[in-house]
Amino acid sequence: MESTFIQWLAEPALIHFLIVSAILFALGLMAVITKRNIIMVLMGVELILNSANINFVAFSRFTELSLDGQMIGMFVIIIAAAEAAVALAIVLNVFNRFNTINLDDLNTLKG
Amino acid sequence: MELTAILFYLFSLVTIGAACVMVFSKNVVYSAFALMFTLIGVAAIYVLLYADFLAATQLLVYVGGILILILFGLMLTGQGHTYTFKSVTVNIVPGSVLSLAAGALLIYAFVTTGWNEVEPIERTETVNEMGMMLMGSYILPFIVIGVLLLIAIIGAILMSTRISTENRN
Repeated sequence: MESTFIQWLAEPALIHFLIVSAILFALGLMAVITKRNIIMVLMGVELILNSANINFVAFSRFTELSLDGQMIGMFVIIIAAAEAAVALAIVLNVFNRFNTINLDDLNTLKG
Repeated sequence: MELTAILFYLFSLVTIGAACVMVFSKNVVYSAFALMFTLIGVAAIYVLLYADFLAATQLLVYVGGILILILFGLMLTGQGHTYTFKSVTVNIVPGSVLSLAAGALLIYAFVTTGWNEVEPIERTETVNEMGMMLMGSYILPFIVIGVLLLIAIIGAILMSTRISTENRN
């Protein structure tokens, strides 16, 4: 039992990469939930996107989803870039209007 | 223990450690720099997974683009001096319980699922094959994503140039 676990640890396979991505996902979720700075929430979203991308690339190496997984990962990176550009423009507008980027202070819906 | 395993553990340690620093740091600038190390670690994990083109894209787009954009946003929304870049943290106990539960459930699901693994194909490089796929069966998503990027850039420029100074007090 002990030696099989050490041997499992010594050969990184699909499960190891999936566990790394799960830990990254949990940390990103924690940043999104507990932080009240808009920029920190955006960074948490980037972390979650990266963990999903690690999953795609790991499946592309170890399962039958060969290069298609890497292709989807590339599209995810492109969409993340577009999302960051638009989100930061929104953040600048919010700061200009309310003079704060604390999410709890942004409690009005009227424009 | 072979070299691949040592490199995998080294880079996953860098990635997860920097992500922990990012989440638990009080200063937003420290968080942004920790995010840089996380993204570089993820790029190294891509290299370990034989995705060389994706690793280069990750370095160029994330470390060179999105991170600089985040730092710009930080500087443009900061109230004057760097020592005021504080991030307010709320709901620390329910948030950590929820994210721990989500991580544990994900790991449990990953470990107990029987993945249909195949023997990894040894590739020397992926650029040629990915370019062929991009111009072949992925031509429609490629065009759509180009239009999406164009629309996103136009929207971002429109929104950030319409900022007026009359609302500031």
